[in-house]
Amino acid sequence: MSPVSRGFRRKREAAPADRVPPGQYVTKDFPVLSAGPTPHTPLSQWSFSITGGSETKTWTWEEFRALPAETLTTDIHCVTRWSKLDTTWEGVSLDVLLAAVDYDARYVLAFSDGGYTTNMPVADLLGGKAWVAFGYGGGPLGAEHGGPARLLVPHLYFWKSAKWVRGLRLREADGPGFWENYGYHIYGDPWREQRYAGD
Amino acid sequence: MAGTAVRGRLNTWQTATIGPVTDETARVRTLRLEVPDWPGPSDGQHRAGQHVDIRLTADDGYQAERAYSIASAPGEPLAITVERLDDGEVSPYLTQEARTGDQLEVRGPIGGYFVWEPGSGSGGPLLLAAGGSGVVPLRAILRERSRAGSSVPVRLLYSSRSWEDVIYASEFGLPPGGVEVIYTLTRSQPRMWQGYARRVDDAMLAEVAWPAALASPGQPLAYVCGPTSFVESVAAGLVKLGYPAGRVKTARFGATGG
Repeated sequence: MSPVSRGFRRKREAAPADRVPPGQYVTKDFPVLSAGPTPHTPLSQWSFSITGGSETKTWTWEEFRALPAETLTTDIHCVTRWSKLDTTWEGVSLDVLLAAVDYDARYVLAFSDGGYTTNMPVADLLGGKAWVAFGYGGGPLGAEHGGPARLLVPHLYFWKSAKWVRGLRLREADGPGFWENYGYHIYGDPWREQRYAGD
Repeated sequence: MAGTAVRGRLNTWQTATIGPVTDETARVRTLRLEVPDWPGPSDGQHRAGQHVDIRLTADDGYQAERAYSIASAPGEPLAITVERLDDGEVSPYLTQEARTGDQLEVRGPIGGYFVWEPGSGSGGPLLLAAGGSGVVPLRAILRERSRAGSSVPVRLLYSSRSWEDVIYASEFGLPPGGVEVIYTLTRSQPRMWQGYARRVDDAMLAEVAWPAALASPGQPLAYVCGPTSFVESVAAGLVKLGYPAGRVKTARFGATGG
């Protein structure tokens, strides 16, 4: 039972409980959280690769942008407790990207410019649940928010939506990525409030 | 050092009692938090640069949670420094309503990347760059440097709107040997002000930052904390000066939440 903090009162409007996971609050801003400087890879040097399957599949920026893209509107939830509702993105579904590869691995490690990594089950990337996004709010995705392209896995805490993503490594066993190594939850379901290891 | 973000038995909310409070500026307050089971030196005490989660509960059961940087060095009584955001919910309570003896909940310490320990950085000098209340975890690093008897050279570049907004001004007024504090006041300056009076830019970084290629005592290590625009420009500026991205650790906060 939590102690009452004397004199503390709600000041914000009640968040819709079916839209906002426990412990989160709604923001209209788009905060930025990154562990280091923002990388700026020229599009001419950018590629997206899926490794660990029967063979490595790589798309150049032009090839990637020629893939069928979708526009979607979704809510995002950061482990630092902000949620942002009705964000609009443009991206290529992971269903499209993974269909180009022959594999039977059950997990992936996403990797990014700057050395960032994050892990998840392949199943969380399939079925219209995940994208490699290159557009936000009707324009290109800004570098500070992960552009030219970031992973978008909105049903998990937002650190799983790796900024500046450059590819996926398919693998048989799960294992921690960058923040997971520093004690954040290995899976990160906001609805079960899986913020830290052991939650 | 990789490790658990929240260690062992602290993987739960702990009741904290607010101890002495100190007004740092008109908008910023430091609160001591007395937590009976806060880990000590033998069982995973916090490291400089880490944060805690804070949870407030209203008498109708409504709860709000936020993260705040730890202002104290490891081994010192736990303290947070909070800046009031006027449209916030938690920071106005902590800076205006809460008083000694009130209770809240705390969870942590949390975070393992934006931390400094004696020996971090393999002997190179430290560049600390703070925008506004982003100075809080950097103050913990400076206190830990003193507490541990480290002699690593440090430059703190601290950007504030005005002198009245400078947090820890008296503490920084007498820095220990080997520590330089360089201010820039971006909006207004006292009469006769001799320091910088603009936002941090590449020219200022070139003057203040340790040379990236410093051979002795070792490559510099930078910690940058502040609002997103500050961190973006400082981190990019350091990369332009030749700092490898891996030697620039950042922590950012949006002008939101509170």
